[in-house]
Amino acid sequence: MAEVFSIKIGGEAGQGVKSFGLNIARLATRSGYQIFTYSEYPSLIRGGHNVVQIVFSQEGVTSPVEAVNFLVALDKKTIGYHVKELVDGAGIIYDADSQIETAGLERFRLFPVPLKKLAKEAGGNDITSNTVAAGALIGLLGGDMGKFFEIIKETLGSKDENIALINQRAAQDGCDHIQKTFPGGFETLLAAKAEVASPKMVINGNQAVGYAAITAGVQFVSIYPMTPITALLEIFAKNQEKYGYIFRQPEDEIAAVNMAIGAGYAGARAMCATSGGGFCLMTEGYGLAGITETPLVIIEGMRGGPATGLPTWTEQGDLRFILHAHQSEFPRLVMAAGDAKEAFFLTMEAFNLAEKYQTPVVVIVDKMICECDQGMDEFGTEEYVIDRGKRVTGFDQDYKRYKMSEDGISNRALPGDGNFFVTNSDEHDEVGFSSEESDNRQGQMAKRMQKLVTVAKNEKIEPELYGPEDAELTIVSWGSTKGSILMALKELPGVNFLQLKWMNPFPVNKVREILGKAKMILDIETNSTAQAAGLIAEHTGIMIEHKLLKNDGRPIYPEEIVKKVKNILNQQ
Amino acid sequence: MTTLMDLATPNTPNWCPGCGNFGIWAAFKNAAVKADWNNSNSAIVAGIGCHGHMINFLKVTAFEGLHGRALPVATGLKTVNHRLNVFVFTGDGDCFAEGGNHFIHACRRNHDITILIHNNDLYALTTGQCSPETPKGMVTGSTPNGNQDVPFNILSVAMTCGATFVARGYAGDIVGLADIMIKANNHRGVSVVEILQPCVTFNKIYTYGYFQENCYKLPDDFPRTDFNQALLKTFESGEKQIPLGIFYEVERPTAESGYVQLSDRPLLENELVKRNTKELFAKLF
Repeated sequence: MAEVFSIKIGGEAGQGVKSFGLNIARLATRSGYQIFTYSEYPSLIRGGHNVVQIVFSQEGVTSPVEAVNFLVALDKKTIGYHVKELVDGAGIIYDADSQIETAGLERFRLFPVPLKKLAKEAGGNDITSNTVAAGALIGLLGGDMGKFFEIIKETLGSKDENIALINQRAAQDGCDHIQKTFPGGFETLLAAKAEVASPKMVINGNQAVGYAAITAGVQFVSIYPMTPITALLEIFAKNQEKYGYIFRQPEDEIAAVNMAIGAGYAGARAMCATSGGGFCLMTEGYGLAGITETPLVIIEGMRGGPATGLPTWTEQGDLRFILHAHQSEFPRLVMAAGDAKEAFFLTMEAFNLAEKYQTPVVVIVDKMICECDQGMDEFGTEEYVIDRGKRVTGFDQDYKRYKMSEDGISNRALPGDGNFFVTNSDEHDEVGFSSEESDNRQGQMAKRMQKLVTVAKNEKIEPELYGPEDAELTIVSWGSTKGSILMALKELPGVNFLQLKWMNPFPVNKVREILGKAKMILDIETNSTAQAAGLIAEHTGIMIEHKLLKNDGRPIYPEEIVKKVKNILNQQ
Repeated sequence: MTTLMDLATPNTPNWCPGCGNFGIWAAFKNAAVKADWNNSNSAIVAGIGCHGHMINFLKVTAFEGLHGRALPVATGLKTVNHRLNVFVFTGDGDCFAEGGNHFIHACRRNHDITILIHNNDLYALTTGQCSPETPKGMVTGSTPNGNQDVPFNILSVAMTCGATFVARGYAGDIVGLADIMIKANNHRGVSVVEILQPCVTFNKIYTYGYFQENCYKLPDDFPRTDFNQALLKTFESGEKQIPLGIFYEVERPTAESGYVQLSDRPLLENELVKRNTKELFAKLF
């Protein structure tokens, strides 16, 4: 990809690779650049290879890229793992004392630095060598050391001022050493811009979802830890006293969903979050919320499956599962976010939808959205208005919780408000009493399913179209592949991109309209069976011929998309 | 004040004639009248089984959830609105087979709820299979050669998992059971009440006659705050040796009292507003 610069920092788990990457990302952002970070790590705490990629550019960057322009090797194995990704002339920083074999690395520019030695001299330990490397990297790329000092102070100073000072010294020593030893530097790519137009935040999807829920007034959260949403759990855990909601880590995901349903029944804005494996356990609660008409927000952060699968890698394999999970039929609202910003707005919206339609709402994200940090403008929340849907006010002698209505939605009462009603997982009559009568069953089933018609009528469920209306080829996709596709589009004039957000109810007319007139269609997904393409065929009858699928846990890179599209176009 | 008529619904119970659930139903209604439980101060969460049908015959707001999952629904409800008396109706299969994990953790956390366990020692609604409570050797639909497993000791498990009120009642003793229900609800913390419930259709061993013959009431001066003595008592069983009454009752901070967010008022009584999260975002710049 032209115009972007990509750095990889690799080392053993426990060497601070991730915070190194985040600090460089922050520095680049504060210096006026767009950034995207992507981490790969095994499901281990110590040992194992961790790597973080920071991609930055003058203009928008929305995904990782295949090519690597600079490698920081914090351990001996890193170069071997990533040498194939390095472009000719790429820079490599490594520990001068680590006896790394340099034969075969002639096409790169090598920058050996005595990382551990300088770390010790600065008063630090082995882990401090990552700060020495950061200083060296910033020195080579002409970055602003003053800004980096501020970042060190903010991230480490709150814990221990002395540790912050040691790290600042280590960074300065790394920078001084590299500028003395390699006075030519590398390329001045990271120089701070004189004026940063609008300051950007560095945010990932877990933060976006957590802050969205807190903004939207969440009152009860139950989450069992699971990658990639564990960081979301910790956001909720540590902010609950300040914002006045309750977070509970339950015994399992079955309890998580049932607690959230109990809380929603009680009248709270309630949610849970999980990954595919945890959602398996939640499926019985999913339908319980459906038939009891209890508002519920579920965040599903996909990762590689099935079973334990690829716990720390990405995949878009759960779409069909979320659309079909649970026996029988009930109205489920399912939306897929394409990035952290969409995850923020869809999560806020999900709370309104859950209460307006009194039914479960799922927001689908994945590892790429949850864990990748991206530079973004501040999210505006001014337009968000809380909508709690149809509610009962006061006591009603003849109150009926499941009263028939044209839009499928009945007035909601809460336990303790004086009204009598039964909230029943058995098929029930209007009051809520168990009933297996044929007419009643058909009426209640139709009432519940009517909600989907009402949603399709009242909500903006249309997909998003990027690029020219009249295109040689139309890419269709959903979820986190959006970022790579937008990067690829920059090199593919004449190609447009249809992004699906609402998966249920499905925007049949608009998708049929856009894809119906497309000259060629390419479906892109990180799963093996093209689940969304199947969904499109089911709803519109349009069969998609070209597919770019990947299911190895890695993201689809923009380079792969450009290559695939050019191949298709060349065959014409 | 709540009257018996206030608790009546248009539905007639569909339990088998003579079912132990009638006694439990009567005891609950008597307790509700005596303690004034109503739709402004109480809610019921039920599981699935013959016991769960109760929600159709009691005019107290109820949530009938999934088999085995009454407890997490009840704890979610209680957390959000801790002013409510929250009663859980559950069965031996419901609470200890499918829902065993939730029982353990509800006791550990000491949620301030009352768990009423309808124990008929088997699965009745599915026409008589063994449950975790079925005695060893008993022939049921799923154990034609006799049950090989030993039954689960409800009260000792409750105690060792941290329950702070542990009692046993009997469906044939409506007055005694109603008294236990009121005391269980008054207790601050998780109250576990095992209710011996004859199943007249499928359980030919644990009949009314058997319980009448073999149950006895714990004396008033039973040392119910002594963990060791109470625990020992929970292992007592057999002929003439089934204790009824309150085994154990101690104070321990409840799950709800652990949240400062709930110290002034129930969560539900805070007005729901859009929150200002600028401070959270500020840290990302």
